[in-house]
Amino acid sequence: MVARANPRAAEGLPLHWWCHEAAAGAVSQTCEGVTRLALLEIRDLHVSTEDGTEIVRGIDLSVDTNEVHAIMGPNGSGKSTLAYALMGHPAYRITEGDILLDGESILELEADERAQRGLFLAFQYPHAVPGVTVASFLRSAINAVRKARAGGEDDPIKIPEFRKQLDAAMKQLKVPKEMAGRYLNDGFSGGEKKRVEILQMALLDPRLAILDETDSGLDIDALRIVAAGVRELVGPDMGALVITHYQRILNYIKPDFVHVFVDGRIVREGGPELAEQLEAEGYEAFAPEPVGGEA
Amino acid sequence: MATTETQVVGEIGNEYRYGFHDPEDYFFKSQRGLTREVVAAISEHKNEPQWMRDFRLKSLEYFEARPMPTWGGDLSGIDFDNIYYYIRPTEKQAKSWEDLPPDIKQTWDRLGIPEAERKFLAGVGAQYESEVVYHKLQAELEEKGVLFLDMDSGLREHEDLVRQYFGTIIPQNDNKFAALNSAVWSGGSFIYVPPGVSVEMPLQAYFRINAENMGQFERTLIIVDEGAYVHYVEGCTAPIYTTDSLHSAVVEIVVKPGGRCRYTTIQNWSNNVYNLVTKRAVAYEDATMEWVDGNLGSKLTMKYPAIWLMGERAHGEVLSIAFAGKGQHQDAGGKAVHVAPNTSSVITSKSISKDGGRSSYRGLLEVAKKARGSRSKVVCDALILDEESRTDTYPYIRIDENDVDIGHEATVSKIGEEQLFYLMSRGLSEAEAAAMIVSGFVEPITKELPLEYAVEMNRLIQLQMEGSVG
Repeated sequence: MVARANPRAAEGLPLHWWCHEAAAGAVSQTCEGVTRLALLEIRDLHVSTEDGTEIVRGIDLSVDTNEVHAIMGPNGSGKSTLAYALMGHPAYRITEGDILLDGESILELEADERAQRGLFLAFQYPHAVPGVTVASFLRSAINAVRKARAGGEDDPIKIPEFRKQLDAAMKQLKVPKEMAGRYLNDGFSGGEKKRVEILQMALLDPRLAILDETDSGLDIDALRIVAAGVRELVGPDMGALVITHYQRILNYIKPDFVHVFVDGRIVREGGPELAEQLEAEGYEAFAPEPVGGEA
Repeated sequence: MATTETQVVGEIGNEYRYGFHDPEDYFFKSQRGLTREVVAAISEHKNEPQWMRDFRLKSLEYFEARPMPTWGGDLSGIDFDNIYYYIRPTEKQAKSWEDLPPDIKQTWDRLGIPEAERKFLAGVGAQYESEVVYHKLQAELEEKGVLFLDMDSGLREHEDLVRQYFGTIIPQNDNKFAALNSAVWSGGSFIYVPPGVSVEMPLQAYFRINAENMGQFERTLIIVDEGAYVHYVEGCTAPIYTTDSLHSAVVEIVVKPGGRCRYTTIQNWSNNVYNLVTKRAVAYEDATMEWVDGNLGSKLTMKYPAIWLMGERAHGEVLSIAFAGKGQHQDAGGKAVHVAPNTSSVITSKSISKDGGRSSYRGLLEVAKKARGSRSKVVCDALILDEESRTDTYPYIRIDENDVDIGHEATVSKIGEEQLFYLMSRGLSEAEAAAMIVSGFVEPITKELPLEYAVEMNRLIQLQMEGSVG
């Protein structure tokens, strides 16, 4: 229940966004009285590499279903580290803060458990798995997720049903049929890899999809198809976090919210217009304050 | 007395047909250790012709004269004096389901092997369904003139043919263990495919309801006549339980001009077994020989399927896969000897080492003078799953001809953290992810297996990766 009137409610925006705005990012305080948490809540997250270098330096972010958030930032700002940390990469350490998915902290969960709960990361550089076909990989992944969702009991998808889903998703994403029989990412072009990432996303039916530089390596046509595919999936059951250097993909995906990410922090937040401003003015305009200042 | 003995021997292997037997009647067990008397008794018991008896005794001399090999794996644990060289096969298998070690039973459970099949594997029961399949197959084969028997029956029923080829591909003095097998061999398969006959269905030792098939010193001879084709499959992925600690087989194959033979082996011995096998084929003009060889389990395996390319344009392939787990050493590979011009060979070896296991690729490539225009490619890839495990490559190459095209590639890889993370980010557990990477790694070989073997192979790898198999 919401205790106070929400100024954004009339615009149909979700509550947590109002919380953000009302307190300029201080989520934990302003969200008092708001009982509903967003799908993904990132709270004061600090991420370091194994050697102790802090890459992500305290961010707050909420992403709900029905929403597409864009994180825009220059190279080396720590965007991919954030993506990996959210997915549970063992090489990154969360030194402070929390990540909540559906209201529960996932910090203690391994990557597979996070995936089973509905987190999905479309990799910037997907890895090749020679000898394992796209179709057989996808079926194994779907079955792993189904098993977890069935409380650990095997609940394999029936093969005709799987075929149907696969064919439909491949058709929609204009992935040529023969790709299903090729070895996963083995000898794929950059564009093929990215499309197959989105194909995986479509079939794994995540709650929250993180797209890490999915636009790189895609030509305009592919970008359009992939963006449409993402937009199609975002809805009452799914939200998306699109990480990108360029505005280009945002022309097609049309984010609801844009967060400018510089030097491990979110330095500015706004609507889609922010992306255009960035494109026009460059990241320099958003450089963080000198040492000692707060963005 | 002799007549009774012959009848008894004749009945061996037929017992499943009747489903009952009196063990006391058939009981024959040699004393421990190897002597002339033991070898003579084996021959006597089998009622063999004099030439085979002489062959065995001569082989024993060669065996005794040859020193133990000092290369390959550590053979010092073999105690030749403490081995029964001939036991009626069912005697050495478990007597009842309850006698089997729990880990073997558990693995069969997890492989989903049907009860009847398990009992067959354990030697504790008959598999009537397979017997039916086998007899139907036999009728079809007979119509085409194909011979498919156990080696003992082959010798009895087709003595001239056996005598013509037996011990010609792998001479009795080829190596110490081939000499041992030549002295005490029992069981194995004998196959003859007449000219131009193509056997469409793979011949599986598995279907031959004959306990002698899984002998300790089995001897196989396959003759593929001109333009004929056969695919022979032996073994299965289920662990083969045996109380024997030494398995030393000999497989000889002749592929005549234009013929083709594929020999597929998947073996998963229990961890106490020394598996020392000599396999060699000769391929004549335009003939093709293919070895597909999967080695799992055992304490030490030393096996290098060989192809001698004797006729122009003959082609040979060896696909070898080895999985070395805890306490295991797989010393495997392949040999190709190019004797005739324009011959070609491909050796592909894949090995996986885990939990301190050791796998070695050992291969020989030889091109004789005047084998002009010969081509050969050797690819060996090793996958190491942890720091404790080990892999080595021992490629021996001897080229006496200049006009050749030879390639050798070797890679050693590990499962990368990034690759694991990628798969785990899709919901697969770490073990599932690793198993998937390993399955993919061996896929070039599993895709060459008959489907049911490929499926079992992948399941077995999954079990190995979960660490649930010893």
